[in-house]
Amino acid sequence: MHLVPEIGEMGLLGANIEGYGCAGLSNVAYGLICQELERGDSGLRSFVSVQGSLAMHPIRSFGTEAQRLKYLPEMAAGRMIGCFGLTEPDFGSNPGGMLTKAVDDGDSYVLNGAKMWITNGTLAHVAVVWAKLDGEIRGFIVEKGDPGFSAPEMHGKHSLKASVTSELVFQDCRIPKDRILPGVKGLRGPFSCLNNARFGISWGALGAAMACYHSAVEYSKTRIQFDKPIASFQLIQMKLAWMLREITKGQLLALHAGRIKDKGELIPEQVSLAKMNNVDIALQIARTARDIHGANGILDEYPVMRHMANLESVYTYEGTHDIHNLILGRWITGIQAFT
Amino acid sequence: MKVGVLLKQVPASDTIIKINPDKTGIVTAGIKWETNPYDELALEAALQLKDAGKATGVVVLTVGAADADARVRDALSRGATEAIRVDEASVVGSDSLGTARALAAAAKAAGVELILAGKQAIDTDSAAVPAMVAELLGWPQVSVVTGLTVDGGKITAERNAGGGFIEVVSTSVPAVITCDKGLNTPRFANMKGIMAAKKIPIEVKSAADLGLSAGQVGAAGALVEESGLELPPPRPSSKIIQGATPEAKVKELVRLLRDEAKVI
Repeated sequence: MHLVPEIGEMGLLGANIEGYGCAGLSNVAYGLICQELERGDSGLRSFVSVQGSLAMHPIRSFGTEAQRLKYLPEMAAGRMIGCFGLTEPDFGSNPGGMLTKAVDDGDSYVLNGAKMWITNGTLAHVAVVWAKLDGEIRGFIVEKGDPGFSAPEMHGKHSLKASVTSELVFQDCRIPKDRILPGVKGLRGPFSCLNNARFGISWGALGAAMACYHSAVEYSKTRIQFDKPIASFQLIQMKLAWMLREITKGQLLALHAGRIKDKGELIPEQVSLAKMNNVDIALQIARTARDIHGANGILDEYPVMRHMANLESVYTYEGTHDIHNLILGRWITGIQAFT
Repeated sequence: MKVGVLLKQVPASDTIIKINPDKTGIVTAGIKWETNPYDELALEAALQLKDAGKATGVVVLTVGAADADARVRDALSRGATEAIRVDEASVVGSDSLGTARALAAAAKAAGVELILAGKQAIDTDSAAVPAMVAELLGWPQVSVVTGLTVDGGKITAERNAGGGFIEVVSTSVPAVITCDKGLNTPRFANMKGIMAAKKIPIEVKSAADLGLSAGQVGAAGALVEESGLELPPPRPSSKIIQGATPEAKVKELVRLLRDEAKVI
């Protein structure tokens, strides 16, 4: 939390958004930011993903000019924190089934329902919430302090401990009419946000993988067994070579995705491929790095176990590994296998 | 009021310096360059004046080859609004005076009314150029300041007078101020600044473009000639005095100071 103003000052929030106090960087530059933040910790990158891609992006893309001017400059500076409410306790991979509802009530909308697994929820000054209005999914901006809105923190996580995860609860939550995002209807809205965030994750996961790889290289060169550094054993070298190979392939995938995203040609299936692959290999690399570190690998003196535990969340959030396979499967065969 | 900042690139402070074989300069290959840290204080002071609405623009002024552009670009990314680089090739062989003439001419061309500079550059430590620039422009100079306020045209600067005393000096624009540690904490460039700086051109000018004659800069205009460079002699190895008791060690130390070091 104490890092947020500094991150804002560096211009990392909504960095690939043009105007409204944002840096207007390319998507490749945004990806590199995600990579370097997640080299530190997935929780830090999650914060930046949610703020930029999930909260600022929909306001920029689907909001009114007045909404953009009110929220984006403050959010870019890190003075206002945002969150994104889509997932519900019983609707994760199937967001279209959401129960959260908005009702038109004269000069306001009234929201009822609950969201879960919401990064930044408790910290957030502003929540972009997806709810059904007359059976159709719409985006709403809910502010901290709106009557009937609360965001209790979820406890007991073994993963992403540097990030706050919350529930969002709406009990007859009344918001003014001008808080609806007029620019989008249906699942296209939240999916557009998720595609941006997933692209960042495909870079970010590699940052965590690189931290694990570097730690494993250093450890294996200094850990002596049988009178030799363990780096001199072929089995260790094979593992290190495999890590480097997968990181390099993942980077090429992310870089290519970034370049075609900059041209506006990146399709969601390509984002699924990159997110799925890079998080998967990052998790495997973290586990292999833990193995190379031996018993020391479980200690917090080394970053590997922390990255490994974080990546378990990253593997599941923003579209589970399985769902991304099904997105790709649908693209390959033309047959959807979700249901 | 536009503020000019004199900026010099210097070898990174952890560089291991090597002298070239003909002892005319240092080996520059492989050196990592950075902005002179005292100049960063000057830049930050100028940017703070801009942020406070007291400066209309911040002009980076430097003498260097194209490889100095990275440092100038960094200053622009932090918030400087213009930059003039006097091309090294047009002033090559200059002493501090030649450099000062080039910078003073560039400052005049840029129309600045206040010049901020580092108190010295950490490579040669001459601390000569800002004072010469002030003299050439006929402006007052306040050196080595640790506090600075500018109000209207009035300048109040604090100098560390030693012994815990602060000397307060007042002057008015136009003036040259050199900056010391403690004045401020330089900011980093942020992403927005980096993007914005890409659109700002770095004006490259030769000494002739600035109206300087061949005799005023370069070796022809130099009053100081550098006769050679030497590394300091290697430090003689130290000696640890052995002895059974402290008394014996002290006795041996006194004997060595008297007979070997001949200092007592």
